[in-house]
Amino acid sequence: MSTTSLTFTRRAALAGLGAALAAPAIRPAFGQGAPIKVGVLHSLSGTMAISETALRDTVLMMVEWINGRGGLLGRKVEAVVVDPASNWPLFAEKARELLQVHKVDVTFGCWTSVSRKSVLPVFEELNGMLFYPVQYEGEEESRNIFYTGAAPNQQAIPAVEYLMSADGGDAKRIALLGTDYVYPRTTNRILRGFLNAKGIGNADIMEEYTPFGHSDWQGIVARVKRFASEGKKTAIVSTINGDANVPFYRELGNQGIKAEDIPCVAFSVGEEELAGIDTRPLVGHLAAWNYFMSIKGAPNEELLKLWQAHIKNPKRVTNDPMEATYTGFRMWTQAVQKAGTTAVDAVRTAMIGQKLMAPCGYEEEMLANHHLSKPVFIGEVQADGQFNIVWKTPNAVKAENWSQFIPENANRRRG
Amino acid sequence: MKRPLLGLLLLLLLALPVRAQDAFTGALPGLAGGFADIATAVERLGAAGDPRALPVLRALQEGRLQKAGDGRILLPEGAGLVDAATGQPAEAAGAGAEAVRLNNRVRQALRGALGRLQILSPDPAERQAAAEAVFRSRSAENVPVLRQALARETVPRIRTQLELALAASQLVGTDEAGKRDAVARLGSAGTVEARALLLEARGGNPDLVTAIDVSIATIERTLSLRRAAETLFQGLSLGSVLLLAALGLAITFGVMGVINMAHGEFVMLGAYATFLVQEFCRGIPWLAPWSLALSVPAAFLVTAAAGALLERGLIRHLYGRPLETLLMTFGVGMILQQAVRLAFGAQNREVLSPAWMQGTLLLPGGISVTQNRLWIIVFGLAVLLLVFAAIRLTRFGLEMRAVVQNRRIAATMGIRTGRVDAMTFAFGSGLAGLAGVALSQIDNVSPNLGTGYIIDSFMVVVFGGVGSLAGTLVGAMTLGIVNKMLEPWAGAVLAKVFVLIAIMLFIQRRPKGLFALKGRAAES
Repeated sequence: MSTTSLTFTRRAALAGLGAALAAPAIRPAFGQGAPIKVGVLHSLSGTMAISETALRDTVLMMVEWINGRGGLLGRKVEAVVVDPASNWPLFAEKARELLQVHKVDVTFGCWTSVSRKSVLPVFEELNGMLFYPVQYEGEEESRNIFYTGAAPNQQAIPAVEYLMSADGGDAKRIALLGTDYVYPRTTNRILRGFLNAKGIGNADIMEEYTPFGHSDWQGIVARVKRFASEGKKTAIVSTINGDANVPFYRELGNQGIKAEDIPCVAFSVGEEELAGIDTRPLVGHLAAWNYFMSIKGAPNEELLKLWQAHIKNPKRVTNDPMEATYTGFRMWTQAVQKAGTTAVDAVRTAMIGQKLMAPCGYEEEMLANHHLSKPVFIGEVQADGQFNIVWKTPNAVKAENWSQFIPENANRRRG
Repeated sequence: MKRPLLGLLLLLLLALPVRAQDAFTGALPGLAGGFADIATAVERLGAAGDPRALPVLRALQEGRLQKAGDGRILLPEGAGLVDAATGQPAEAAGAGAEAVRLNNRVRQALRGALGRLQILSPDPAERQAAAEAVFRSRSAENVPVLRQALARETVPRIRTQLELALAASQLVGTDEAGKRDAVARLGSAGTVEARALLLEARGGNPDLVTAIDVSIATIERTLSLRRAAETLFQGLSLGSVLLLAALGLAITFGVMGVINMAHGEFVMLGAYATFLVQEFCRGIPWLAPWSLALSVPAAFLVTAAAGALLERGLIRHLYGRPLETLLMTFGVGMILQQAVRLAFGAQNREVLSPAWMQGTLLLPGGISVTQNRLWIIVFGLAVLLLVFAAIRLTRFGLEMRAVVQNRRIAATMGIRTGRVDAMTFAFGSGLAGLAGVALSQIDNVSPNLGTGYIIDSFMVVVFGGVGSLAGTLVGAMTLGIVNKMLEPWAGAVLAKVFVLIAIMLFIQRRPKGLFALKGRAAES
């Protein structure tokens, strides 16, 4: 409440000042009108803080960036940061607070699918706008959400196709390891459908789930080793999320699983996650993303310069969800400029078809299904914790949020 | 006109070596191509057997090999680069030069090629590695060179590996008698790798199926025994982690009766202390190898001090009020977590494992155990002994037991009970710090490190019997082993659920746990 009254008086004061000077042509750095508010809905404490704090910093960096260029529509942009504390119901409460109390024009937030599912009804009820920057399992399409991360056909499926190719090692058996929640289970369901369609039977697929933060991987890694010793080339597809990755990779290294023998491709391990691991034993294991920090080119250099200056650490890494946040923010500013307002309905219409030369080096476009077209990269872990890109799609791939490998989707339209 | 003629003459005279050298220079340009070309070139280099190939392949493996803009392959030598084909220094190639990159396919080819080139090396370690590499790359072309290597090999360990490599190579060849020998040889090896080879060969060799099945059955018998031993080891390892996490709690909760929900955060502080000691030692070369050993006392002191502060500052005002203690320590835990997050950031911190804690140790009988887990079992038992000695043999232990048994009489005997309380709590907290040192080797060093262990620790203490060290040991090991035995068929999530249900049922039957204390002290 105090904020609104404050801005009101400021506006009144400005108007009075303008009238007194009687010189409407001279404007202050930011024009009249209340600042545009950007909500930031990322966990700053609890288990997800490890991944989400960097996204909060990215949004703050972008707010600084746009203000440095004179704001948006001549107005100043202001960030409203809340902490949903890795607590899924609290996400919904904080979303409501952002929309109703702070009256934000747009929100950037969420990491886990469960948090997104928790805020979705709030954004739909109050007609808000959420930018969700993380790769996810698909099977969702809300008019109030823009998905700037990858859908399964932009990450999981190309990655498994790569493993089955000659370059990727001709895998004939796949071990699907994941954390026990909606994203890994849905992704693995899609992958099982895909593998079956490619002629890999269920006898050649192993599927295992572990709790969040699982730290004792001895048994599972030993079982994967055994699974791999049944006469067919084997690969691991990991949808392990968050903290559990460090002990998992340590165990892979300690049990001597070399990438040449059993390559492991991960969908949730990026530069940030590798920062806590000694990567030397992991060289050659893979990750599939739509962006890697090691990508060359001016758009990525711009992002790196902005980020390392903002965080005041020339060694700080970037990762895929950060790039997705950056791309989403820039597209949103373009859409606001096109619409000439921050009103949700107008911006939504203006968002569709927005294009941006993204840091991944390709032009990305916002499609009518609220997802982006994105290129797919496969990177190999290097000894310095960066990724060496060994494969990429020739063009940006259009997102298919309703997977064709889930039987129930047969009747749905394809985006 | 004369020179080409002379060259031709030379070529005819030295047909064999020159051909080999031609293969070398002929294969080199492939290294500047795509991954598939690189892999083929590497295979050709390995097959050519030219001594010049070895430094090129080594440089490629280490990521030091460069390709110039014009497709020449450049080898780093000293400070500069030399052209790999001519051996001449390559000047001013820096502009367009970039490193030749690797992928898994190239790495696979590289391993085979290097193995083949090094199999006659004078260095036994190199020969051992080469024999393993050739075993994995298995190509029928390797049979002659393997026979040659076997004829002159004297080290038994390498001989065994070479015989396996020979068998693996024969199995993919065309010589039927050789194949039959290979099947028998692999059957006696009793390893998963041998089984993989046999299963792979089974489809393509219809007349060998019976022999292969016999060999596989032999391997299966060895493997099932080994698997049981490995499961036991995994259980002991999980048990020792639980033991370490629970030992501190066995003191603060078991002996003092304080429900300390911040116990997990003390574990986390211990892990961060390890990280800080490592960072401190990094700058001092002679100290660096000892950083993990130094972090043991450091972590103990840091967390013990934090424990003493907590006890003197807060807990002592709440003795006899378990509910308030629980809530208050829970709050302290959250404060500690967020404080560490603010001070160190939310990202994981990297604690390096010393070399002797990395990799796998092969025990007799082919049982492989990971080194870090093995050391943690040793460390856990050592800490247990230390705690036992401290309680049984020291003055402090005597005073602690006296205060626990009868506070008033202990006080009348001149024991400063308040000081003993503080020291006991500090001791228990210090043990949590030691657990943190061990966990920094297998888990994330992050602000939420402790939350994953607090429930498990309480479970161990309650299951084992409150106030009994033996109970804590037996409880931790039982839970670890049962968990690991259930895991293969129930999955990691369900195994944990089953263990919890089993404990609930057990506590219904025996509310005091495995080792119930008897006598007056237990009743009060």
